[in-house]
Amino acid sequence: MQTTTLILVLIALTVAAYSVGRGRALAAARQRGLRLHSLPGYYGYFTALSCLLPALFVVLAWQFFAPRVIGALVIGSLPEAQQALPAGELSLLYNNLRNLATGDVVYGDVDAVLRAAAALYVDLNERSSLLLALAAIATAVGGAALAWRRIGPEFRARNRVESVILGLLVAASSIAILTTIGIVLSVLFEAVRFFREVPITEFLFGLNWSPQMAIRADQVGSSGSFGAVPLFTGTLLITAIAMFVAVPIGLLTAIYLAEYAGNQVRNVAKPLLEVLAGIPTVVYGFFAALTVAPAIRGFGESVGLDVASESALAAGLVMGIMIIPLVSSLSDDAINAVPRAMRDGALGLGAMRSEAMLQVILPAALPGIVGGVLLAVSRAIGETMIVVMAAGLAANLTANPFEAVTTVTVQIVTLLVGDQEFDSAKTLAAFALGLVLFVVTLGLNIVGLRVVRKYREQYD
Amino acid sequence: MVSVSITRAKVEAGLRRRHRREVLLRASGLAATFVGVAFLAVFFASLIGQGASAFLQTRVALDVEYSAELLAPDGEFDPQFADFDAVVRNSIRERFPDVRDRRERRELSRLVSVGAAYQLRDRVVADPSLIGTSERVWVPASADVDMVVKGKIERDLDESGRPVSDRQLAWIDALEADGRLEKRFNTALFTNGDSREPELAGIKGALMGSFYMLVVTILLSFPIGAAAAVYLEEFAPKNRWSDLIEVNINNLAAVPSIVFGLLGLAVFINWMSLPRSAPLVGGLVLALLTLPVIIIASRAAIKAVPPSIREAALGLGASRMQVVTHHVLPLALPGMLTGAIIGMSRALGETAPLLMIGMVAFIVDVPGSFTDPATALPVQIYLWADSPERAFAERTSAAILVLLGFLLVMNLTAVIMRRRVERRW
Repeated sequence: MQTTTLILVLIALTVAAYSVGRGRALAAARQRGLRLHSLPGYYGYFTALSCLLPALFVVLAWQFFAPRVIGALVIGSLPEAQQALPAGELSLLYNNLRNLATGDVVYGDVDAVLRAAAALYVDLNERSSLLLALAAIATAVGGAALAWRRIGPEFRARNRVESVILGLLVAASSIAILTTIGIVLSVLFEAVRFFREVPITEFLFGLNWSPQMAIRADQVGSSGSFGAVPLFTGTLLITAIAMFVAVPIGLLTAIYLAEYAGNQVRNVAKPLLEVLAGIPTVVYGFFAALTVAPAIRGFGESVGLDVASESALAAGLVMGIMIIPLVSSLSDDAINAVPRAMRDGALGLGAMRSEAMLQVILPAALPGIVGGVLLAVSRAIGETMIVVMAAGLAANLTANPFEAVTTVTVQIVTLLVGDQEFDSAKTLAAFALGLVLFVVTLGLNIVGLRVVRKYREQYD
Repeated sequence: MVSVSITRAKVEAGLRRRHRREVLLRASGLAATFVGVAFLAVFFASLIGQGASAFLQTRVALDVEYSAELLAPDGEFDPQFADFDAVVRNSIRERFPDVRDRRERRELSRLVSVGAAYQLRDRVVADPSLIGTSERVWVPASADVDMVVKGKIERDLDESGRPVSDRQLAWIDALEADGRLEKRFNTALFTNGDSREPELAGIKGALMGSFYMLVVTILLSFPIGAAAAVYLEEFAPKNRWSDLIEVNINNLAAVPSIVFGLLGLAVFINWMSLPRSAPLVGGLVLALLTLPVIIIASRAAIKAVPPSIREAALGLGASRMQVVTHHVLPLALPGMLTGAIIGMSRALGETAPLLMIGMVAFIVDVPGSFTDPATALPVQIYLWADSPERAFAERTSAAILVLLGFLLVMNLTAVIMRRRVERRW
């Protein structure tokens, strides 16, 4: 049976369980002349939940374990010579076999052994889905029956249902934590495997990045070196350019909108800046690569500068523009959090508006603004598409904005896009870079968020 | 008296300088605001300037003769063996009978898209009685012809510097003079999957991929996000665990999206062995990515429901769960849905995590299910932006315009919804 049909059957069973449970409660109450503890609907919900939740759990667990069990059984059926193959080749063989079973393109020769194994695979799959259907339906019916037996006028159905729902709510809110744990574990796990091959000191302090590994042992010149310092400096260079654009412009925009702009200007400018924040980064990347980079290059040529076509400047400038709305809205928040009395006091003492702003409000708002800038830096460091499209691939150790540099995110993308072996140091390096990226941005975010929030509370 | 006038003199002496500073700050603030807005204007102008023409595609009128010799060599029409390429070649040669040289003939054939043969095949398959007749058919011109007609290839460049030869230019002019070249609405852009030929490439596959992905995303992230928000706002005790969840959500909202891609690659693809390039996996990753956005928006919506409503319901004997399901949720739902739309618009524009989970392949077929290999609209933009052909640059801009159109509609819906349901208590 197809999984979708199975789910539909389960839903139908659940609906049936609802009406059966509700009917049972009403009947029991009438029979014994008692009032129900809860509204009749709750008895229905209780039966329905006892029907659906265990069955769904069975389905999910089955989807997770069945492919593994089937894989082990099929591989176990192969001749010993093939079972003894190294893990990589074995998984290749198994993939081929699955393709044969599903009628996809098969690589290499198809021999009798493979055919037999594929037939076994098809057979096991059919049996597995049949068994799953039986197990799920049995669980559903069993769960509903158990619930049905417990229903009586004194049964506290509402409390039961509510505690189950509360449990689901708690589970939903823990997903955020699970996600974080998942990120940390998945990145850390692969990064540790990487550091077993490449010492962590070489990774963090090495000056040479060329991740091409030798495919054959006798290949010349591709031993692979994983010194990530050029990536870090490249990331910092582009981030610095972006901040150089975004911080002054964002801050001045916030000052202007908070202090000088009339309502009309504000009502136009604010939504427009929000549009700027809503444009997908891939679009910025396209703009940076096809419009800004050639323009900068042309300008550089006209004044006699040698500008690389994938210069750090183009990526940094466009990234800065992208970050303007973030800086301006966080600065705006910080400025607005300063009590009006401080500004009015300054104006009352004869300060000009600019003086009140620069000498009273901004110093008071500074921690909030700094927190916002930290968040913006974290955003710039983690930004991917603009640099993938507009920055280069070559790991140059330079501080010259007219040269091409590469960044951590660009390297993660280039290492992981395309065909890959999952075990090679090359792909594992991407996870090590991901770990660095995650740790750095996490640190910036925690500090930035804390500063922003603490400061906001101070005046409330 | 003396001291007053001294103070006055001091103040007046500094006044001009202070006024100048005032004007300076004001002007630079205005300039900064203008930079953002001006960038937006330049940006949209350049996009529309580059992309608008891609919604039209040059077509050539061919007098096609469906010769039985080529289409049904054994007396019977079989689409597999029928030589439609030759039919197209003959039709264009017929217009220029004096082209004899083999190389020139090949150049001549290159004026017409390879898609022309498919178009003719589809016509004949639909109506086999066409064999043996002839008719005039408008078929797509090749991308180079398209670019020349749209003026995107400069004619006065040296012959070696442009993709069309002088001869081809002459033929194009002749065809134009005949009225056999026409720009028509580019339906292929919306009905085709990806292709190596710019004139045949379309975004339908990417759109469907994005659609399937967003379905998975909304089905997961909205219920989970709403549930988490309800728990955190209405039930969570003030303890360390709740604080931890709270800090976590705020941090997740700021984690770079590419890190979510790494998570998807390690967990969904390598550990759970879900299929690569599938909208299902993309949807899962985007669901995790948008979850914090939806939770934060939903919490704000729940917070906006005044406590008096909760207290009234509690006072009438409702349980806490009943207060939530009967009163708080219905009142907060519009706000939560607004948050969900904003989350979806962020998911629609997201590219980097999809690159990690292999949704970046060249996929011609339009995906038909959640597990078919697919790309998404922003990934298609990325792929096209990398293509060297001039015609793809134009189509990239067009695809961007379509993407921005979707985002605009989504955000406008959110804004209108927020305005309409915004209630002052």
